[in-house]
Amino acid sequence: MLTNSLALATILFIIGALGVLIRRNAIILFMCIELMLTSVNLAFVALSRSIGIEGQVFVFFVMAVAAAEAAVGLAIVISLFRHYETVDLKNFNLLRW
Amino acid sequence: MIDTLWWIFAGVAVGSALLTITRKNPIASLLCLLVTFVSLAAIFVLLEAHFLAAMQVIVGAGAMLVLFLFVLMLLNLGNDYRADLRGAGWIIAGCAAIGAIGSVVWRAVGGDARALTLEVEGAAMKATPTANAVAAIGQPLYQDFMVEIQLTAVLLLVAVIGAVLLAKKRV
Amino acid sequence: MEFFESTSLKLILGAIVLLPLLGFVLNGLTAFRAPERKTIPSVVGPAVMVTAFVLALTVFLRMLGADLHHPIIHSYWSWIPVGNLQIDAALQLDQLSILMTLIITGVGSLIHIFSIGYMKSDPGYARYFAYLNLFVFFMLVLVLGASFPMMFVGWEGVGLCSYLLIGFWFKDREKADAGKKAFIVNRIGDAGFIIAMMLIYANLGTLSFAEVMEAAPAAFVYGGALVTAITLFLFVGATGKSAQIPLYVWLPDAMAGPTPVSALIHAATMVTAGVYLVARAGVLFALAPVTQVVVAGVGVLTALFAATIGLAQYDIKKVLAYSTVSQLGYMFLGVGIGAYSAGVFHLMTHAFFKALLFLGSGAVIHAMHEAFHHTHKDWDAQDMRNMGGLRKYMPITWATMWIATLAIAGVWPFAGFFSKDEIIWLTAASAVGPYAGWYKLYWAVALIAAMLTAFYMTRLMVMTFHGENRSGEKEQKHIHEVPAVMWIPLAVLAVLSVVGGWINVPHAVADLPVLGWLPSSEWLHHWLHPVTAVADEILANGRGPLAEVAPLGGGAGTWAVVSFAIAVTVILIAAKTIGSRTYRPAVESAEPAGFFRVLNRKWYIDELYDTVVVRPVVAISRALWKFVDQGVIDATVNGLGRGARIVGWAGARLQTGQLNTYAFVLIVGVLILLGYIVF
Repeated sequence: MLTNSLALATILFIIGALGVLIRRNAIILFMCIELMLTSVNLAFVALSRSIGIEGQVFVFFVMAVAAAEAAVGLAIVISLFRHYETVDLKNFNLLRW
Repeated sequence: MIDTLWWIFAGVAVGSALLTITRKNPIASLLCLLVTFVSLAAIFVLLEAHFLAAMQVIVGAGAMLVLFLFVLMLLNLGNDYRADLRGAGWIIAGCAAIGAIGSVVWRAVGGDARALTLEVEGAAMKATPTANAVAAIGQPLYQDFMVEIQLTAVLLLVAVIGAVLLAKKRV
Repeated sequence: MEFFESTSLKLILGAIVLLPLLGFVLNGLTAFRAPERKTIPSVVGPAVMVTAFVLALTVFLRMLGADLHHPIIHSYWSWIPVGNLQIDAALQLDQLSILMTLIITGVGSLIHIFSIGYMKSDPGYARYFAYLNLFVFFMLVLVLGASFPMMFVGWEGVGLCSYLLIGFWFKDREKADAGKKAFIVNRIGDAGFIIAMMLIYANLGTLSFAEVMEAAPAAFVYGGALVTAITLFLFVGATGKSAQIPLYVWLPDAMAGPTPVSALIHAATMVTAGVYLVARAGVLFALAPVTQVVVAGVGVLTALFAATIGLAQYDIKKVLAYSTVSQLGYMFLGVGIGAYSAGVFHLMTHAFFKALLFLGSGAVIHAMHEAFHHTHKDWDAQDMRNMGGLRKYMPITWATMWIATLAIAGVWPFAGFFSKDEIIWLTAASAVGPYAGWYKLYWAVALIAAMLTAFYMTRLMVMTFHGENRSGEKEQKHIHEVPAVMWIPLAVLAVLSVVGGWINVPHAVADLPVLGWLPSSEWLHHWLHPVTAVADEILANGRGPLAEVAPLGGGAGTWAVVSFAIAVTVILIAAKTIGSRTYRPAVESAEPAGFFRVLNRKWYIDELYDTVVVRPVVAISRALWKFVDQGVIDATVNGLGRGARIVGWAGARLQTGQLNTYAFVLIVGVLILLGYIVF
């Protein structure tokens, strides 16, 4: 089951990365990032069965940080929306300068 | 028995993940993600990480996705179904990228996924018995990882303040 | 002897060289700040020259009493210390260099004084004296330098000043071009000089005169290829500076400068630098008999060639220019056959009478110019066809120029007789050994050239001063003698042209009946003996003793009488022939025709050089400019710039500002790293 779980984690990670690359809606982008983080959690948990409890502890922290990051990120999206009336990433190119 | 369940939940997870990234409607996308999270939680249970399974549902599904939903509703998104997928070029590039990732991982595990067994000496089943799942995590957390806990607490505090400040209409 | 080693001599030598430089600085400052002030340059210019002359004279008088056998070298500072090459800024005092210094400062002072009158109304007065002083400074460095590089500094410097002074009236395009021509042709010769210096250093490891002349007899094989090559390259440099074939073409054009400049630079000093070089490196030349034949041959050929052209010129200064080229040919004939003291003797006497001739012609031009200016006639003030009969208007000039003419034609007892006759006799006497045939030929050519010299100089005098005046009725009233500041130097030079030859009367002449009235001294020969001793010995060993009898028979005394008689005869014939012709003013004269035209057009040499050398060089330069400089080098540099811009443009395409792009790049980067590790 370890092997299969790692494979599953990889596949979910790949799907999340693909989502980040091809979605234009900022919020959906965030969701795909969460998916990637969760897939990593799965990998940690699968490996902790063999190696030790530290894996699960780490997953705990990952979840905490993911939650915090989601909160702040969404706050940013909201202030962006207030400015530009859209969350379509196609319109945001301030990073160019 | 466990294997069968594992396969079922894995299939559901992958399927709903694929749906997540391809839905036009953001709400539909979010709900698919919810299904993914829940099936992953089930897989955690099968991997005997009960506490984490509960955490996954409570925090991941319960808190984060609800937050996403609130924001979606707040910004009144999800009413228009215009496709917000990027152009064809992007899709092709994306598939190429993930193909590359897959090949890297495949190579990393020696080309034969079934051969992956990671047996550390005498470390089999290091996960403690299911009798006290919370204590299994709680004890190392508060004994060995005390500093990390405190730092995470500070991080959460900062995140809360930041989120509040950013989202205010007037500072 | 202690005087010569002392610091007082060191200071005196330094002062002799640096006083003209000080004059340059002061006059130059005047030229910058207050160009219209004429008193400062009038005082400073000649004063530094006279002071330098007096100092040189005191050193000379001290040297007369002492009996120096080795040159005195005073080193001022270490100039080029590079590895094994140690060149100091040093001055060398020996009999030859003090003689040259006296000539330069003495004749130079007279010319400076003359210039006060000649350039009186020129707006560039201060600049003129500044350049003139600078020229004398460099010339003194040239003759007093103790090593080849020091001499070369002076060599280049006088070339620069020659350019500045020839193109003095640079606003006139032709005059500026003449300056450029002089400088560029000189440079071609300088390349030969530099190659020779490199060869000397490569083989002897030193470049100072004393050490080179000491090491050369042992280091070089007599008549060997190496020393022949070195001396030929040195001679190339000499042909450039001293206007011999093929690099003489700049000197006639150099007449575009003010006449005193022509007197100083192109008669008395700069053009003699080549002769001085051969005399200074006499040991090297003595070791290479082939080069000697070449030097003497080029010299005598130039003497003949230039004399033929001088016969057909109408511009008074051009006649004198070709006369200078011709007389320089005689000097090279002298030093070429190994008669260094004879060549230097002719150098000295030539300085006197040629400077006198040029200054005299300057006086004539000055007077004609003023006359034409008064009547607003725009005739050429230098064309002899516009002159004539000036004897009654300018008697002092007439008399002094006749003295110079008799001197240059070789009439006893004037200066040129002794020097020219000695060279011609020694050419005949050198017809021994392996190259005897050549020297016999040179002797014959030299005699012919002497006849031509007498002819064209008489022609000049007759056309200018005798016969009917062709300037016009009104102009005649305005022609008058030049002021004292201008005719006093003429008189001094005339006296020198008379007595200058008496310091080196050969024994053979002193034994003659009438002509032997002057005591024989051969003083100059003895004076320069310490300098030429080593070379004389090598020549005696290599060539054998000199002949006693000329190829056609007769000893030294006989031929002295013969050449005197030839000179007088030719002068009389020329006076009769030219005097009986009627000339018309230049604007009314017919164009020259036939062979005379070829001579008048200088054998079309300038046109030949233009087609064979100048045009191909310009074409090659243009091709190189278009295809190499613009096509390759500029293209490469510009291409690099364009390439950088393209790379920048490509890089800018990555900066889209879109989040997805950055995520993509992130993933690609991570993949590359992982791939590198995993694969």
